[in-house]
Amino acid sequence: MELKGQEKNRIGFTKADYAGAKSTLCMGCGHDTITSHITTAFYQAGINPYDVTKLSGIGCSSKTPAYFLSKSHGFNSIHGRMAPIATGVHLANSKQILIGVSGDGDTASIGLGSFAHMLRRNVRMIYVVENNGVYGLTKGQFSATADRGSISKAGVANPYDSIDLCALALEMGCTFVARSFSGDAKQLLPLLNLAIRHNGTAFIDIISPCIAYANHEGSTRSFDAVRAANVALQELGFIQPMTEIKIDYPEGEAKTVELHDGSRVILRKLQSEHHDVTKRDSAMLALTEARARREFLTGLFYWDQNSVPLSESLKLPATPLRDLDNQTRPGVEALDEILARFE
Amino acid sequence: MAQVNKFSITIATANGSGSQSANLILARTLFRMGVPVGAKNLFPSNIAGLPTWFSIRANEEGFTARQRLSDIAVLMNPATAAEDLNLVRPGGYVFLNSEIKIPESKLRTDIQVIPVPFREIVQPVSDSIKLRKLLANIAYVGVLAELLKMPEEILADAVKHQFGDKVNVIDSNMKALLAGRAWAREKHGQILFPFRTRANACSNEGKIMIDGNTAAGMGLVFGGCTFMAWYPITPSSSLVESFIGFAEEFRVKENGERDFAVVQAEDELASIAMVVGAGWAGARAATATSGPGLSLMAEAAGLSYYAEIPAVIWNVQRVGPSTGLPTRTMQGDLTSAYYLSHGDTKHVVLLPGTPGECFYYAQVAFDLAEILQTLVIVLTDLDIGMNLHVGPRFNYPHDEMSRGKVLNAEELEKAGLFQRYKDVDNDGIPYRTLTGTPHPVAAYFTRGTGHDENGLYSENPEVYKNNMMRLSKKFETAKTMVPKPEFDARSNSRIGIVMFGGSHEAVGEARFMLQKIGIETNCMRIRALPFTSEVEEFFDRNDCVYVVEQNRDAQLLTLIRSEMPQYWQKCHSVLQFDGLPLDAETVVEQILKVDKDLRKHC
Repeated sequence: MELKGQEKNRIGFTKADYAGAKSTLCMGCGHDTITSHITTAFYQAGINPYDVTKLSGIGCSSKTPAYFLSKSHGFNSIHGRMAPIATGVHLANSKQILIGVSGDGDTASIGLGSFAHMLRRNVRMIYVVENNGVYGLTKGQFSATADRGSISKAGVANPYDSIDLCALALEMGCTFVARSFSGDAKQLLPLLNLAIRHNGTAFIDIISPCIAYANHEGSTRSFDAVRAANVALQELGFIQPMTEIKIDYPEGEAKTVELHDGSRVILRKLQSEHHDVTKRDSAMLALTEARARREFLTGLFYWDQNSVPLSESLKLPATPLRDLDNQTRPGVEALDEILARFE
Repeated sequence: MAQVNKFSITIATANGSGSQSANLILARTLFRMGVPVGAKNLFPSNIAGLPTWFSIRANEEGFTARQRLSDIAVLMNPATAAEDLNLVRPGGYVFLNSEIKIPESKLRTDIQVIPVPFREIVQPVSDSIKLRKLLANIAYVGVLAELLKMPEEILADAVKHQFGDKVNVIDSNMKALLAGRAWAREKHGQILFPFRTRANACSNEGKIMIDGNTAAGMGLVFGGCTFMAWYPITPSSSLVESFIGFAEEFRVKENGERDFAVVQAEDELASIAMVVGAGWAGARAATATSGPGLSLMAEAAGLSYYAEIPAVIWNVQRVGPSTGLPTRTMQGDLTSAYYLSHGDTKHVVLLPGTPGECFYYAQVAFDLAEILQTLVIVLTDLDIGMNLHVGPRFNYPHDEMSRGKVLNAEELEKAGLFQRYKDVDNDGIPYRTLTGTPHPVAAYFTRGTGHDENGLYSENPEVYKNNMMRLSKKFETAKTMVPKPEFDARSNSRIGIVMFGGSHEAVGEARFMLQKIGIETNCMRIRALPFTSEVEEFFDRNDCVYVVEQNRDAQLLTLIRSEMPQYWQKCHSVLQFDGLPLDAETVVEQILKVDKDLRKHC
């Protein structure tokens, strides 16, 4: 019998094979919970760590790729540029599964432009924003996702409207848009499992309260405030391929969708009967309505199963570009043909 | 006595009036006649309407740099015609669109002004008013061709070359050209026109006429570029469009598969970030930009330097600071390129001076970026990039592409361990692995933050310092790898001229002029930063060195002072920074001024 924690997944790896370095974030940080869910999801999905590339920008959240999958290459880049860096990484080796972890400062402020444009291009990656509405490393300034009127730790009310990254992602053509809460493993694990299989940008906005700078009375992003406002759009379940074991299979009437690798996702509606996960406008409506009700609507908002990633739109070959060099050089006759035009 | 194969022509038109084809036909005919020729387009930052000047210089001695004044001018633009008269040197000829009236006060008595009724000349060629407007341009080619005695057959070939398989266009253009020719023969066949051409007096055998941006795009196609991210900016856009054009023609399989990716990014911050991402994952990745874009790329340049990620930036310089003169040329980004980014950074900078070097350096830049695992900036300028230069045909590149120190799974297995930033070979260049390498020790965490030899986060003072010193050592290694300078030495002279980029066109001519008045000079064209040992040797061999550059602040001299302080006191700056390509007279004047002062103090 294998010891607890030593169980092997379908490709023979234990959960320890997906672990990373020790976190240096604050004790109790929501980001660490997400790290643990990412580790679990890749273990559950049976993805070889060698096939994964981790990316991030700058900020507390961007440190976290060091804390999971240490057998995967990682790139903690520069502030706001995770999206274009990921675009280059994806095109140089489109066989890799990319997971990027960014923050609300990194994505919604300094990197907003690049984030929006990456979504238009549909880079194949899991794009996680660990969203807490605050700048942690620089000690408590509001981010662009902080709600108007939310009170900072220093006692100041935020005078600006917030950016809803999910609504923006929908508008920009993102092919997978979801929101979750760091504390909700039941919802987050199926979402991550589904995102791992998605052939395009899978955007997950994860509300992850900052215990140092936004967990006080008056902050709309404290654990208590988020729990109180959290409303799940649907219940989600995920069944790995080649297995009949049910993981958090939701009860009641549900829609099951089989994925290309034989895994299945189960969606059971909890809210609006009108919401259709395959319809962009329906997702937008659900978000708008929830916003008017001051709710944190979570769940899978939109999912395009026929998503075409950038590497395919650009008609790249099966051999990754990074493996090509001398064979790309056209022949002598090609050079002669070109030079003749300048004689 | 007529001046044979030795004249310059300036054609003044309005931007967007369709004169470019006519001007290229004229330049190509001279080129195909075997005459050394250069063509420079002085254009505005505008789509249509503002004035533009196209200058062609034919010179049997091979000097094709810009001249301040022209022998011949064709004035088609009413808005500038009166001022344009001043572009002509005394004794020169002006062909003036007869519909343009020049105020009496602006007329000059030391030049010949020949009014030409272009509208009338092309009247019989077409019924379309719009087409006739375009054809007026080719009519001036006819007028000039007749008076300069350019062979009909070569002209016709140049017309065909220009318009490809568009038979109707060739036909109407030939008619207009011949109409211009006939007019000139009839009205001015008897005048003693002091300039003429002669075919095959010298030869352009084995040569091509091309701009540097087109050549660079070709070089990228043949040099293994698999990734290009860019944001359009003058004057670099045509470089990328050249790459895209040739790659789509020669690197797309029958099934539509492409061995290259091009992303037009949202800005230059993204372009360079994409390049750094692709370079990190192992692709030969480049971007192209100009000054404002280079400024935006600064942060990622530091990331490339510090995290040691191959990346290539082609910076086609234009006039700064700020938006500056977007369509004029300058060597103004030398220091900003060399030191691009915050903290202690220094980059390898390649300085091609010809379209040929633009072609060859495309591969060199990738090879160096991958060997040295760092950013390589290729610095050209608008004059090299967008103007036409005649030079030898490019040789087919046979050199294998260098991919640098990349370890695969087998090599890792043999080594047993992998330390990303350890100086194993004592050359400052560490080993790297790429994403997806199936080995337990392959992965590492890349970061722009402080890191130790294993790539782990560190703020330890010694670790930081040692890493920075290793990067310095790597830069020393780079000195042995970058392109060496080009020399032209005169045995007895102790006077040197140093320059880079496209300045050699004017400097070559300036040296010829100086030689005529008894001043022999040695010459060195620097082709890369950091300075190689040959650069120091040149300074050792000369007592007085003129540093010629196209900027205000003597940026090359600034770097010489900083990197080789023992030499700067024997240096004198020769500077031109008016947005126009360097001309020989400027070089001679400034050198003679210093020379006179030096003699005074002797």
